[in-house]
Amino acid sequence: MTRTDAVNEAVSTLSGDEGDATRAGPSSGEAAVRTVVVSLENASVAVGGRTIWSQVSLEVQAGQFVAVLGPNGVGKSTLLKAVLGLVPVSGGRVTVLGQRAGRGNAAIGYLPQRRAFDPGTRIRGVDIVRLGLDGDRWGTPLPGWLRGAKGRAARARVAEVIDLVGAGGYAHRPIGQCSGGEQQRLLIAQALIRRPELLVLDEPLDSLDVTNQASVSALIQQVCRSQGVAVLLVAHDVNPLMPYMDQVIYLAHGGAVMGPPEQVITADTLTMLYGTPIDVLRDRAGRLVVVGQPDAPTDHRLPR
Amino acid sequence: MTGLSWNLVDDVRQMLAFHFMLNALRAGTIVAVVAGAVGYFMVLRRQAFAGHTLAVIGFPGAAGATWLGISPVFGYFGFCIAGALVIAALPSGGRPNAGLGGYGEESAVIGTVQAFALACGFLFVSLYKGFLSGLNNLLFGTIIGVSDNQVLTLLIAGVICLAMLAALARPLLFSSIDPAVARARGVPVRLVAAAFLVLLGVAAAGTSQVTGSLLVFALLVAPAATAARLTARPALGLSLSVLIALAVTWVGETIAFFSPYPIGFWVSSLAFAAFLLATTYRAAADRIGRRQPRGSTSPTDAGITATVGAA
Repeated sequence: MTRTDAVNEAVSTLSGDEGDATRAGPSSGEAAVRTVVVSLENASVAVGGRTIWSQVSLEVQAGQFVAVLGPNGVGKSTLLKAVLGLVPVSGGRVTVLGQRAGRGNAAIGYLPQRRAFDPGTRIRGVDIVRLGLDGDRWGTPLPGWLRGAKGRAARARVAEVIDLVGAGGYAHRPIGQCSGGEQQRLLIAQALIRRPELLVLDEPLDSLDVTNQASVSALIQQVCRSQGVAVLLVAHDVNPLMPYMDQVIYLAHGGAVMGPPEQVITADTLTMLYGTPIDVLRDRAGRLVVVGQPDAPTDHRLPR
Repeated sequence: MTGLSWNLVDDVRQMLAFHFMLNALRAGTIVAVVAGAVGYFMVLRRQAFAGHTLAVIGFPGAAGATWLGISPVFGYFGFCIAGALVIAALPSGGRPNAGLGGYGEESAVIGTVQAFALACGFLFVSLYKGFLSGLNNLLFGTIIGVSDNQVLTLLIAGVICLAMLAALARPLLFSSIDPAVARARGVPVRLVAAAFLVLLGVAAAGTSQVTGSLLVFALLVAPAATAARLTARPALGLSLSVLIALAVTWVGETIAFFSPYPIGFWVSSLAFAAFLLATTYRAAADRIGRRQPRGSTSPTDAGITATVGAA
């Protein structure tokens, strides 16, 4: 299999070895059958004149669960924004679902970095989910019973995604009164309502406790498998995701490596990526700790 | 003023016999509908401070117009709409901050502008000599002296305002609750925010003419805040907000007609009473809701983990 090659190629791309035409991606016959949902070709992004990362090349396949990892301030969210077309690339090319990345793509479901809803927000979860369906259309929606079959279909779709994320028990409560995990599920339902081919999630596990981190990760994998949607998820702790994700994009030092987690989160790969010695330790429960990262030494700490 | 006979039909007939009272009720009705609807979104967006500032900016507009011998109506609308455009043009005026469910505001900038506006208004009033009762009316409202022309202007402004709000409603709701997702979905969040501030300016200018600049909130905030405490459904909340504003205005104007005290006091007091009742109701309902077992969440969580674990 080409996994190791893929990692090495990605690493070589990162270290400026542009002569190599092959990239991380479908280099074998089996992989080439799958459709590429997101592809970055030698992409660079600069914000306010500062280059965040450069010469990054990677591909996300349909139905893959991909985690974006790396220390703080390395440009993980920027990577998502580049994919969404919210941040322009300063070099190279970002292709999403066959077209150049741009705003307002209905085939992408997006969850920005989470801040919880204010407890005083008095709008129901179902209304929030419904906004994902047609919230960007001008005008005022007519009441459902006046819209006939169309209104029924919309209501059925809302109920279906709420059911899919298991939020039926609290979807009719004001969202401000829902817990962090409940809000996250409702927002995932909102992102899924238009049957996207790509789900982009920025730190969806950030404000959750350990139990909810595991169950939301499980939910995302379940959605990824059952709906065939590719997931691009930013996280700063790899451990809750380990049982569920397929691939890792590790961003550091202005570049990126992509591959299966067990091959990317290793002392060798990360040492190559950072250019300084990095250790990856594993505790008795199988949890990973990355030691020696120069930028953010507190990252990937063990969940308590 | 006329006495109250305790025969309601007779009293209303007696009240409507006065043309000024008919005009006051017409103006009040238009203003209540607009303020109730726009106010609902203002409360949702946490832009009450911006709304208050726009109302206060209307005061120097009206005072200046009176001083120059123009109808105060133009002063109110001109200054409020211009003020809305200035707030929208401020670097942070229309831009969503990182928070969900609402907007941040540059309160320091807005507060400074507010003080300056009040000071200018007072200057115009002193330039226009012998205007003392006029000052009270501009600040605290009056039911006498709403002209036919003023009602017509209010009607036109109100219809335009409501039509714009209807065209904006859904993306406005979306970008008020979750600006980041709305932006990613292609909603022009800044444009929507700027358009809403103009609508807020129109609503504040209209309301000022009934309740006075300082008591605008009786119709712009109180009914919307009351409605939000009664329901979490957007459509129902919006309708309730309009109905409460209408009820408060009609009853307030009627009481003001039969009593020696000013309209602003009655409208504000009724709105305050409605708000208190709704807050009490909400607290009681939440308390009862909390006492019931909340078993719905944890089984769901466990269910998903189990399904995936088995797969």
